[in-house]
Amino acid sequence: MLSLFVIPGHDRRLIPEGRLSGPMPWVIAIMIFLMVLATAIGLAFTEAGQNVSDQLSSRATVQIIEANPDQKAQQTSDAAARLRGMELVEEVRVLPAQEIEDLIAPWLGQSADGGQDTGGLLEDIPLPALIDLKLAQPIGEKELEALRAGIRPLAASARIEPSSALIAPVIALVQSLQWIAFGLVILLAIATAAAVIISARAALNTHKETIGVIHLLGGTDRQISRLFQRRIALDALLGGVLGLICGAAIILLLGMQLSALGSGLVQSLDLSWYSWLIIGAIPILGMILAMVTARMTVMGALKKIL
Amino acid sequence: MNEIVQFENVGLRYGAGIETLSDLTFTLYPGSFYFLTGASGAGKTSLLKLLYLAQRPSRGLIRLFGEDAVTMPRERLPGFRRRIGVVFQDFRLVPHLSAFDNIALPLRVAGVKERDLTTPVAEMLDWVGLGDRAEARPATLSGGEQQRVAIARAVIGRPEILVADEPTGNVDPDMAIRLLQLFEALNTLGTTIVVATHDIHLLSKVPGAQMMKLEKGGLSDPTGSLRNPPLPRDRA
Repeated sequence: MLSLFVIPGHDRRLIPEGRLSGPMPWVIAIMIFLMVLATAIGLAFTEAGQNVSDQLSSRATVQIIEANPDQKAQQTSDAAARLRGMELVEEVRVLPAQEIEDLIAPWLGQSADGGQDTGGLLEDIPLPALIDLKLAQPIGEKELEALRAGIRPLAASARIEPSSALIAPVIALVQSLQWIAFGLVILLAIATAAAVIISARAALNTHKETIGVIHLLGGTDRQISRLFQRRIALDALLGGVLGLICGAAIILLLGMQLSALGSGLVQSLDLSWYSWLIIGAIPILGMILAMVTARMTVMGALKKIL
Repeated sequence: MNEIVQFENVGLRYGAGIETLSDLTFTLYPGSFYFLTGASGAGKTSLLKLLYLAQRPSRGLIRLFGEDAVTMPRERLPGFRRRIGVVFQDFRLVPHLSAFDNIALPLRVAGVKERDLTTPVAEMLDWVGLGDRAEARPATLSGGEQQRVAIARAVIGRPEILVADEPTGNVDPDMAIRLLQLFEALNTLGTTIVVATHDIHLLSKVPGAQMMKLEKGGLSDPTGSLRNPPLPRDRA
């Protein structure tokens, strides 16, 4: 690829070059800008989905469903003790009644004393006791069976819910958004290639006479196409860098605003260093795409001439 | 004497029209000087296009440097074109290049290094009397000067055949004689020269030159030399 940029000056003069004089660098700048944004969104969703999935894949909640408060407390205590003794389990936390009430408060409202009187709401509604578990490994069917086998003798009506099951619809949505973003990147790449084809054809038409002369003097298709490739590659690189700078600025700005929101999934929409590396490579990939497209277009057009 | 160009029953038709050239059969020999004459529209430029490989014939056989030029793969054409010098009727100088760069173009296309082409190009500019116009663009040159740049570009690569389409059409009679002398000088170095012209008076200026006459796309052979090798020209 380096040989593309070391064409002697006299050869470069064969096809006059006017940097940023035509629409090509600007079109590519816009395309790369949009590609950078779409890629960043896709990568952010990928990472967010992965983070959430990683966090929840080894977590589960045990529900002790028992109407009698005394029996419920006993079963909860026994189950927690059994779970703490299991090698599979890394962390066990029995949720206090107050925390359970806080969890359902958005739907059922707080008790009259603002949640201080823990008995109020819980006395009226027989809520299950909850035990939050963190396992030493991601939860699969085998791990679930082991947990059930450990708890069932102590609390026959206990239910074990892997946390990943609760978040599955959100993960599915994130994955859909991620694929939509990557689909947009592909569409933008196709649009960029189409713009390059139009530009290469226009340049060929503009320099038809010169190309004809070079051909008749013994110039090869490769010699001629290199001149156009170089010109279009430089246009693409210039436009690409411009698009990247604008795109990166928007991403950083959005990142700062999202961080300020400071909650859940939105907060995890951060980009890792390797995502930034991918984003940084977009102008290079755009240049390669433009160069290959230009070469194919020019070579194809030249083949029609004797 | 080995033939350098051989045409056998060559016909050329553009699209679905009538044949522009019909049943051309002739042979050109190395180191010879040929004039191609004929009225406007007789097909001189079309015949030259076949010679400098800008066009393939509709039928017939063309052998160039001993190889079949009709079925020759397109990838091999550039190599053959570099052995042919062409002076186009409309010069076809590259408008944004200087006279120097226009003349250097065939050498650069052939991959000659920059340090090896400066002297020959400068000498060629002097040879055509344009030593002081090296940096001039074609638009700033007169018709005659442009023609001389076109001729210099055609001969800089020491071609085996030089094909010139009306090379004296835009120059005064003195310059026409001088250009013919340049062609003769090149011819004495062994280059086969084919000059298309409708100026019949030029023929007498080059002793020993052969004449090919095109009439309505067909070739007549007034000197009878196209079927037999011409006598060697005086290489004085």
